Formats: sequence, C-alpha cells, structure tokens
Amino acid sequence: MSPERKIRIMVAKPGLNGHDRGAKIIARGFRDAGFEVIYTGLHQTPEQIVAAAIEEDVDSIGLSSLAGAHDYLFPRVVELLKEKGADDIVVFGGGIIPEEDISKLRDAGIKEVFTPGTSIGDTVNWVRRNIKPRK
Amino acid sequence: MSLAEEILRGDIRAASRLMRDIDDRMPNAMEELKKIYPKTGNAYIIGITGPPGSGKSTLVDKTVEIFRKEEKTVGIVAVDPTSPFTGGAILGDRIRMQRHSIDDGVFIRSLATRGNLGGLSRSTNDIIKVMDAMGKDIIIVETVGVGQDEVDIVNTAHTSVVVLVPGQGDDIQAIKAGILEIGDIFAINKCEREGADRLEGELRATLEMSPKREDDWTPLIFKTEALLGKGIFELVYGMYRHREKLMASDHFERKILERTKWEFLCILDSELRDTIVES
Repeated sequence: MSPERKIRIMVAKPGLNGHDRGAKIIARGFRDAGFEVIYTGLHQTPEQIVAAAIEEDVDSIGLSSLAGAHDYLFPRVVELLKEKGADDIVVFGGGIIPEEDISKLRDAGIKEVFTPGTSIGDTVNWVRRNIKPRK
Repeated sequence: MSLAEEILRGDIRAASRLMRDIDDRMPNAMEELKKIYPKTGNAYIIGITGPPGSGKSTLVDKTVEIFRKEEKTVGIVAVDPTSPFTGGAILGDRIRMQRHSIDDGVFIRSLATRGNLGGLSRSTNDIIKVMDAMGKDIIIVETVGVGQDEVDIVNTAHTSVVVLVPGQGDDIQAIKAGILEIGDIFAINKCEREGADRLEGELRATLEMSPKREDDWTPLIFKTEALLGKGIFELVYGMYRHREKLMASDHFERKILERTKWEFLCILDSELRDTIVES
C-alpha cells in the first residue's frame, strides 16, 4: 500500500443567511488546491455541522457567515466539538465580521477569521500552514 | 483499545477514522478490517446510480426517510469525482441529505473517486464493511454521476437502482450496452417533465427485448418526483421485492461468491500496481 493522507475540509454555512456565493468560491479554491472539500449547504445548525464533521473525519471546518450571528454560531461549533471529544478539528471562519468581534472569536477557539478582501490564495496558504491531515 | 474494538462498541468517531485510514490506504487499516470482518455480512446494500443531476442524492434522502420510519438504521456512502488536475474534490451529495445528519440512526460518508474509474472509489467496498460492522441495517451507495459504462456498482450492491431523467437522448441510447443492463430497478425521476412517458415506453420495450436474466428477475420501472416525495414508497417497495426474490433463490449465495472473487481481484490488481510503482 502507498499511504496518502489528503486534507479534508468541511465548508459550512451555519444559521439563517441564504447567500453562499462566498462559501462556494472558497470551496472551489480549496478543491483547486488539492483538498477534499465537503460542502454542507445552507442553513445548518451547529449540531448538524459537528455531526457531519465527525462522520466525515475532517481535519478542519471553515464556517461562513454573512448575517451577523457569528458571535453565537461560531463558538457554539467549537463548544460542541469539545463535547464530542473532537476538538482536534480546527475551526476557522470568514464572512462579514466586524473587526471588534474578531478577537472575541479567537478567544472562543476560532483559529482564524477572514474578512472580505482576503484572496483565495491567502486562505489556501493559511490552511496549508496551519492544518495538517491527522496522523 | 484498537479502532476495531471501539467500532464494535459503537464509537462513531472510531468508525469514521477507520474509513479515513482505508481511504488513505494506511497500512494499519487492513489489520483493523480483518478484526471487524466477522461482524459483517448482515446489511442490505442498495446501489443508486445514474447521470449527473438526475436526482440521485435527493432520492437517497427520501428513501432514508422511509427506512427510518420503519426504524431501520442506514449507512450512506456518497461518491463524487476527484479533479484529474489537482487531486481535489468537492463532495456535495451531503447537501441533499443533511437533515439526517443529527439522526444517530444514519451515518453519511462522502468519498472522492481519487482517480478510480467505474463510478466508485477503490475504498468503497471496505467502507461499506465498516458500516456493516457498525450494525447498519441498510447501506445505500450513491455512485458518481455516470454516463454509460461505469457499472462497478453491480458488484457492490445487492439491488442496483438506475436513475434516469426524461430528455437525455433518443431510443438508440436505450439499446446500448452498459448502465441499462445493470438495473434491477429503474427510477424515472423528474417524471413531471415532458418526455417521461416516452422514456418509460422506450425503456419497457428495451427491457422486453432483453434475453431472460440469469436470476429470473424482471426489472421494475417506477416514476418518481424525488423533490416532492412522489413515487418513493413504490420505489422502496420495489427494492424489497427484489431483495425477497434474491434471498429466496440460490442466486444470492452465488452473488456473494462472485462479489468476493471480484473484491479479491480488485485488491490483487491494486496491490500489484502499487508494488510495481514502488519498485
């Protein structure tokens, strides 16, 4: 056998906002970088996202939010992962997120937050540096 | 404790980890598989195949709803293509089934083809075994969107469902070899579209002209509108009928034997290839 670990990332849209163009572009960028991307679609609860991430054995979850509920939704995902003993899964986020919220999200365990204007290349490079496929 | 022991004790995370190890071809995976192997062989395996966009994922979602009402547990393996250029993949079948993700009775795993032809990934059969050992009553395997010749599912599933949609070519398409020969059941999905009746007629004519099957089964045709949940009960009933027929004949035993042989040849093939590439 020739073992080959591939990075698996879930791109998820928690909450009620219905626009996923950004999430799809990021998913596409990750695909082009050679990652396996699981996209969950719109309107996901943190519970659904975490259950799916465990079933899919992803290395990381990228959360996208444009509607302002990130303060609750992002930390809730981190919390649920902890409850399930799956806190080795790295959570990052992106979307329309005010500057002043970013440090709070970081404190809550969100490893990085990308705001509008970040290039896909930068995001991909961040993933390559910070997310390693599990042993 | 080994992954295998954890899986047999009902640990979801251990199961999903072993699936990853299988998919990534880690050396330990085979040992773990050996340990769970005695606990397999109980699940009923349904294959769902058909062209891209024909509604396979939505059909899976709706059939799962019925299986769950019958209190059967379900595993789903959903395969999507890997980019031949970057090796990356977008696995999106889950989108249509996400409502089942918080149901403990349903386990969904997305797989990329990773260069494998035939409509499945190389890991599919082994990942089915993990779900089988987890005790899932029914395992549904959704292939990549297929064209004409990707028919590996027939060696994997007990019952193969071919999903077709109206408007995909004239009746010569229906007499070609390949995907139309493997259906135990046909679902004409999006049946409210124009051309559904004609497709049904052509399909029926093609099947009637086919020689009698070795297993003496006459393929069933159902019209469905998956998004609205129409025709799904009938489709599930058709699956059960096929299963009963299969179980009642000695064909089932033969199918298992053939499958084991096929799996062995697949393993031989890939191990040989790896040995040659590595040397």
